[in-house]
Amino acid sequence: MNPFLAALRKDLLLQWRTRSQLVAVFVFGASALLLFSFAIGPNAAALRQFAGGFLWLALLLASTLALADSFESEMAQRALEGLLLLPADPRALYYGKAVANLLQLTLLGAGLVPVMVVLYDASTARLPGLLGIVVLGAAGLSAPGTLYAAMTAQVRARNTLLPLLLFPLVVPALLGAVKATSLLILGDPMGQLAAWTWLLVAFDVIYWSLCGLVFERVIED
Amino acid sequence: MTALAVETIGLSRRYGRRWALSDVSFALPQGSIVMLAGRNGSGKSTLLRVLATALRPDYGSVRVAGHDARSERELVRQKTALLGHNSFHYEALSARENLAVAASFLGRPYDPSLLARVGLEARADDPVTSFSAGMRKRLALARVLLQDAAVVLLDEPYGELDPPGFALLDRVISELRSRARSVIMATHLVDRGRALCDRALLLEEGRLAWSGPAAQMPTEAPDGSAVA
Repeated sequence: MNPFLAALRKDLLLQWRTRSQLVAVFVFGASALLLFSFAIGPNAAALRQFAGGFLWLALLLASTLALADSFESEMAQRALEGLLLLPADPRALYYGKAVANLLQLTLLGAGLVPVMVVLYDASTARLPGLLGIVVLGAAGLSAPGTLYAAMTAQVRARNTLLPLLLFPLVVPALLGAVKATSLLILGDPMGQLAAWTWLLVAFDVIYWSLCGLVFERVIED
Repeated sequence: MTALAVETIGLSRRYGRRWALSDVSFALPQGSIVMLAGRNGSGKSTLLRVLATALRPDYGSVRVAGHDARSERELVRQKTALLGHNSFHYEALSARENLAVAASFLGRPYDPSLLARVGLEARADDPVTSFSAGMRKRLALARVLLQDAAVVLLDEPYGELDPPGFALLDRVISELRSRARSVIMATHLVDRGRALCDRALLLEEGRLAWSGPAAQMPTEAPDGSAVA
């Protein structure tokens, strides 16, 4: 079997076996959306205006839990080291894990969209476009997130360190995703959506290429 | 000239300021069954991990199955199998799934008879998290057999095993010998090691204190205490 497909299959199987974790992460994200709505108060226009930003903040916070969890099982019995000693190609291991994380975060984002619509009265007729932005934004979180989760997996303070490293790095992706989502919800009279989408695409291309190259250095002795 | 399974020259490895291995040099011909003895903290596990390329040496050269462990790490990994203190398994997956994952990375079909060989066929579909320490060790042994490597590195392989497990491991080592595989086994069971192995290496505080035929390995230090 192709090493990437073997890695992806392994990670999807692990995610399926620990699917209760995904439910917990979703509930965390939905709770964050609910709490953010309290900060705005009963102002329908303001809620709608900030819906995109809060959706991505909730997804960003929930993603750190999901990303950290994705390396928990790799470290428990040094399973990742065992695969490297077989030997498995580190790049295949990275892309397998990153794609599995992308699918998980996309699912999480797609699950949070209806919660956002209900809580923030932020419906949009351009649902396919919104789902496309969710995929691109989730890709922007999962590529560097998988790398940093691997880097911090053996550190005692990993739950603190992962967001500290990840949040500053994903600011461009977050900005692009928030702006594009807001434009899809509130309308795009100036035609700015394409520019923000391209920013997201460029971020994804750079980090999906770069992180795969440096992963081996991060995980080897 | 006999081909060498392992050759180290001046091998040294440290953790921070502490030297776990210091100037260790030895050569083992292919097909050797070797006991690696020494007290706790003498460097046995570090040596096996360096040979398996899980750790890089700080100084010295290491060749395993004819390949340099620094510059030809992938080739060394293709020729070695390590049974270490950690079982390298995913706790959430079943025994069968764990072996299937390893087989898929090795590019070979999963052989269901492996679990039967280590006595785990009845628990093949149970998650590893429900396994006892001895069963995990058996599963780790099945993974080593799956790798079918030229150099097999066993770190305390008898630990956690029950008496039938001891017999199973003895049979596996005999089988590896008959197939001209090289085995380096770190163990505190010196009598068992002397019976099974051709050669012995004795480590003391990271240094190679003695090497020679296993049957002749000293069991007591000059002060009368056990050497391993």
